[in-house]
Amino acid sequence: MLAKKRVVTAMSGGVDSSVAAALLLEQGFEVVGVTLQLQACHESVEGGSCCGTDSIAQAGAAAGRLGIHHYVLDCRQPFQEAVLLRSWEEYSRGRTPNPCVICNERIKFGLLLDYAGFLGADKLATGHYARVGVRKNGDAFLMRGADARKDQSYFLFSICPDRLSAAMFPVGALTKDTVRSIARRMGLPNADRQESQDACFVSKGTAYPEGLRLRFNEAARPGPFLDEQGRPLGTHSGIHQFTVGQRRGLGIALGSPAWVKSIDAESGSVFLTTRKEGLIARGLIASGVRWHALTPRFKRLRCSVQVRYNQMPIPATVEPTGPATARVRFDRPLRAVTPGQAVVFFAGDRVLGGGWIDSSEQ
Amino acid sequence: MNGEQTVGERGMKRIYLDNNATTRLDSEVLEEMLPYLRDHYGNPSSIHWFGQEARRGMDRARERVANLIGASPDEIVFTSGGTEADNQALLGIADTVGKPGSRIVTTAIEHQAVLNSCRYLEKKGFQVTYLPVDGQGRIDPGTFADSLADDVILVSIMLANNEVGTLQPVREAVAIAKSRGILFHTDAVQAAGRIPIDAHWLGVDLMSLSGHKFHGPKGCGALYVRSGVTGPVLVHGGHHERRRRAGTENVAAIVGFGQACRLAGMRLGEANSVIGSLRDRLEQGILERVKGVKVNGCPENRLPNTSNMSFEGVDGQLLAINLDLKGIAVSTGSACQSDTREPSYVLSAMGCSTDQASGCLRFSLSGDNTVEEIDSVVEVLQELVEGLRC
Repeated sequence: MLAKKRVVTAMSGGVDSSVAAALLLEQGFEVVGVTLQLQACHESVEGGSCCGTDSIAQAGAAAGRLGIHHYVLDCRQPFQEAVLLRSWEEYSRGRTPNPCVICNERIKFGLLLDYAGFLGADKLATGHYARVGVRKNGDAFLMRGADARKDQSYFLFSICPDRLSAAMFPVGALTKDTVRSIARRMGLPNADRQESQDACFVSKGTAYPEGLRLRFNEAARPGPFLDEQGRPLGTHSGIHQFTVGQRRGLGIALGSPAWVKSIDAESGSVFLTTRKEGLIARGLIASGVRWHALTPRFKRLRCSVQVRYNQMPIPATVEPTGPATARVRFDRPLRAVTPGQAVVFFAGDRVLGGGWIDSSEQ
Repeated sequence: MNGEQTVGERGMKRIYLDNNATTRLDSEVLEEMLPYLRDHYGNPSSIHWFGQEARRGMDRARERVANLIGASPDEIVFTSGGTEADNQALLGIADTVGKPGSRIVTTAIEHQAVLNSCRYLEKKGFQVTYLPVDGQGRIDPGTFADSLADDVILVSIMLANNEVGTLQPVREAVAIAKSRGILFHTDAVQAAGRIPIDAHWLGVDLMSLSGHKFHGPKGCGALYVRSGVTGPVLVHGGHHERRRRAGTENVAAIVGFGQACRLAGMRLGEANSVIGSLRDRLEQGILERVKGVKVNGCPENRLPNTSNMSFEGVDGQLLAINLDLKGIAVSTGSACQSDTREPSYVLSAMGCSTDQASGCLRFSLSGDNTVEEIDSVVEVLQELVEGLRC
């Protein structure tokens, strides 16, 4: 009898990755479950964290139900350097980072995929709602998950094709409801557990950016609130606390609703607008652009774009301006295009590429 | 011995080399326990026959535990295990003898049960001296003698280290402490049942024991309290264990612990030489076939079943997981702290570099292991280390 093919499955303790492991097992793979420890026990949020000992125990219980090996990989140091420090650097530059994208690229499909290789597995499975396709030339490309409401391809855009070819997303072709019913049928202990997504980036009692500032013992960068014409409205205690489009918790009362329009890190200024349409952008400039399912030998590309996770994709024209930069023009205006977030290009379900938003354009 | 070969999933033979974490329950121990789980369920404190049966089982167990360490039965206090015994010794003595500012002397490489009890006492206003160890994990008797200031009320030095197996010069240290009238506790959890121990010859006042390290059941241990020493108390309640440890006794486990002590005492001499030669075969095999390996610990004064080795340029945890996937169970250090990636504090205290400490594996054998198993481990390890290094 041939030895079974070994697949490492990243198990967060949530229902999606547990079902991913279960499905692979049913398909005849030898599944090894690995849970990443991303933060120290005392830092994790009670109950909900995907990083804490609670989730490690949940993952262990699911692995136990499936009868597979399960190990905990201590990634606290690399997570701190690759994800948390990078996130802080973004905040300190007046941008709003997307730590999940960075974590998927650097930790899950970086470190953990390497680790899987050292465990004799050539594939790494996760519980993401996304799918992998193969081009005629053999390159792997990313596709949206079949459940449109759960699709997580946005968070995976930056994984390069050779790493993607080692990825398996067993729940990507399913709906969340199906995943939950599989979990119940298989008697998985976490079948009805709440979502764990994003829980890595919550800290006890403190806002995430302020938590990062305290962690790295950095000074806050206070400065003025300015209106759209540059007139002072008041002062704030640090630019890292603000995100373009933010309305709540500004710490200033103008008598009418106000939103963060932009942040100028150099002067420490936070520009506010009291007009909803003041947030509207008709395009953006992106850097760190990666193309997946096609070779960028075009001048202009018609596709649909997403500038944040939970946004309906809109038609747009993408114009490469250099090897890894692009200008994007939306067919319809979009609100709150936020520097630091990812812009991802789609053709239907196919992920064509993506990049990091540097600035919005009118 | 009487161990059946364990067959794991995928029909592969499994090899267990993690006996410092815990051991297989001996079938003779299980047999001894079963009647106390099924039939003799009385409370040992009860006046009726049910209670008397249970009490008699415990009495016999107490004699057997005492015999293993050359003590008398009334010097044995049953506890829930080694950790509780350590806590009882340290916290209990601090409570009865200590004053604010009193000092405890221990070593940097104790088990966490001792170290964290010490840290707790520091928070309560006690002072603690953590003695350094040399490159082989031994304390220096001269440094120890110098550490015994007037404020010292208790010394706690382990007999054998759980990670590297190094034996401490406990008898010598006891003599020094006695000359100053200072109480002496030793954590003998890893040593008991593996090397001959005579409590009176050692001269210690308190000694922690645990049954599951030598084929007894988990959840049962003992604190030896030398007669004449006012018993430290941790768990308050009824009159059990002559008011030294309250709570209805875990009778079946205590009976099993007693049987494990009896069997260990009978087998000590022979088993030791067999286990020791298997351990040496393992070490020699690895040293011959794998480059860049260093043995950690004290070659002359070491538990016969333990080998701790550093594999240059290889992550110990990764190696341990790969071995596990091939059915071979070893550990990277103490099972009580295997959830962290921090280099072992024991190896760090011994002056190992971070690389050396993070590339280490602990092999701990028992009488169940065979020559074939050892040879197979050497072969698998050679293959794995070569694969992971390239």
